[in-house]
Amino acid sequence: MSENPNNKVCVIIGASHAGVNLAFALRSEGWAGDIVLIDADAALPYHRPPLSKAYLASDDGIEQNLLKSADSYEKEGITLRLGVLVKSIDRADKCVHLNDDSVQVYDKLVLATGASPIVPPIPGIDGASNLYPLRTAEDVTNIRKALNTSQSKRVIVIGGGYIGLETAASLKKLGATVTVLEREERVLSRVTAPEISQFFTNLHKQYGVEIFTDKNVVSIETKNGLNVIKCSDNSRFNADIIVVGVGIRVNTALAVAAGLEVENGIKVNATARTSDEDIYAIGDCTFHHNPHYNRFIRLESVQNAVDQAKVAAAAIAGKETTYNTIPWFWSDQYDVKLQMVGLSEGYNRILVRKEASEDTKFSVWYFKDDELLAVDAVNNAKAYVIGTKFIKEGKKVDASKLVDPSTPFKPANLLAE
Amino acid sequence: MAKITFITRNGEKITVEGNDGSLMELAKQNNIKGIDGDCGGVCSCATCHVHVDPAYFEKTGTASEIENDMLELDDNVGEYSRLSCQIPVSDALDGLVLQVAN
Ligand SMILES: Cc1cc2nc3c(=O)[nH]c(=O)nc-3n(C[C@H](O)[C@H](O)[C@H](O)COP(=O)(O)OP(=O)(O)OC[C@H]3O[C@@H](n4cnc5c(N)ncnc54)[C@H](O)[C@@H]3O)c2cc1C
Ligand code: FES
Repeated sequence: MSENPNNKVCVIIGASHAGVNLAFALRSEGWAGDIVLIDADAALPYHRPPLSKAYLASDDGIEQNLLKSADSYEKEGITLRLGVLVKSIDRADKCVHLNDDSVQVYDKLVLATGASPIVPPIPGIDGASNLYPLRTAEDVTNIRKALNTSQSKRVIVIGGGYIGLETAASLKKLGATVTVLEREERVLSRVTAPEISQFFTNLHKQYGVEIFTDKNVVSIETKNGLNVIKCSDNSRFNADIIVVGVGIRVNTALAVAAGLEVENGIKVNATARTSDEDIYAIGDCTFHHNPHYNRFIRLESVQNAVDQAKVAAAAIAGKETTYNTIPWFWSDQYDVKLQMVGLSEGYNRILVRKEASEDTKFSVWYFKDDELLAVDAVNNAKAYVIGTKFIKEGKKVDASKLVDPSTPFKPANLLAE
Repeated sequence: MAKITFITRNGEKITVEGNDGSLMELAKQNNIKGIDGDCGGVCSCATCHVHVDPAYFEKTGTASEIENDMLELDDNVGEYSRLSCQIPVSDALDGLVLQVAN
């Protein structure tokens, strides 16, 4: 649909981990047409994981944190349109409408719209002082600014998921007094086994971060910049800064309005294509099939964003590769590295492998019957790597050898006869 | 200022100059193909794998346990493998030659 019929246009909505990787992969795959990368965020595309980790805790500018160098877009012939929002998709005329009133035509369109943080409808939340989610570089700037100007530096983090806990650790490093309020009976309850939750609860305690569980926030009252957070058990917490980390909502509005198939995310096939053959979707916004676990899933991870970007790029360039990866993820808190591989959902048995004489180094292995589903490794990249290989290859593990710290940690030693 | 040469998988030789940051960051600033750095340099993704010229291997320092374990994820691991995000750029590395692993 472009003016030059020989020069096709691929338009990508969302210039973050998924969209940026797709743009560059598309060039490597030999796409000779235009590539237009659009994002509402005005900043050059940056890494998101450090936002709650090193980037929050350091003085680095966002330039230190870019996904690709500033000049690489021009070198690869990728047109960046930052600070503009896509308002709608016109599938019949194959174009998108932007909020600067311009129209961008496409031959192939990619939705890499990701997700937005949930701000729960708690009475008083709109009037709260210095309340921020954590999803963008701007959020980090706001949180740091609020902390710098705050006398008492009392921070409440609502939500004990990865982002909440990482934020707590980073703000503690910056000298804040930090309390985490978690609604469930343990932190990380949605994503890990109780052993991991317990470990991180203790870790935060050691560093002086308080974690309260079973805390359902029911209201926030704010006077003269002081927020009083009330929970359903009538407990109250004071804070001059509140960080909300209670999860995300997938950005599917454009897809829904355009009539694309959407379930728990934008539904895509094994080549990351939506129900429209000229429209693809990649990254956090997708609901996709994972062949290894043989079910449809939605993931919030760099791995998934990057891998789907590569698959979609190949498909758009006319090559056929299909998505088939084992999900992986990491979290850094204080000096502890947590690495996760696989999907633990549906497990009915776990084994904990401790390492002799090292109590900050262990791994949790999740099984469904005798099938290894996932591994969470704490300060233990070896467990992560072995777990990755075993899951990929469908290897069976000898439980007694695995949990025995005297078994040297090598794949050959851990296999069932 | 250190001059550092990256040799990509398709044989392209690119010499760049750096003062600080990591070799992965230097590679990214200079758009070296095959150094993705997906995790942003925290030793979690192994997409910044390089083979160091043996003559320089010692100068790059020693890999941490995590780094060595992570390298095992890559089939193309060798005796002189490193994750470039774990190597700080310094004058001592002047003249260093690296083969991009992927
Ligand atoms: C604080 C934090 C820590 C994290 N830590 C980790 C970690 O340790 N490891 C890990 O694997 N993952 C981590 N994640 C998750 C990871 O960052 C996401 O999975 C990843 O960013 C997904 O990339 P994406 O491109 O699909 O979506 P996003 O990064 O959400 O990007 C979507 C982009 O689309 C843009 N957009 C949406 N709609 C429109 C529109 N209509 N018009 C224009 N632009 C639009 C948005 O502005 C946004 O920039 C973390 C996330 C956060 C927020
Ligand atoms: S950049 Fe991820 S391991 Fe080096």
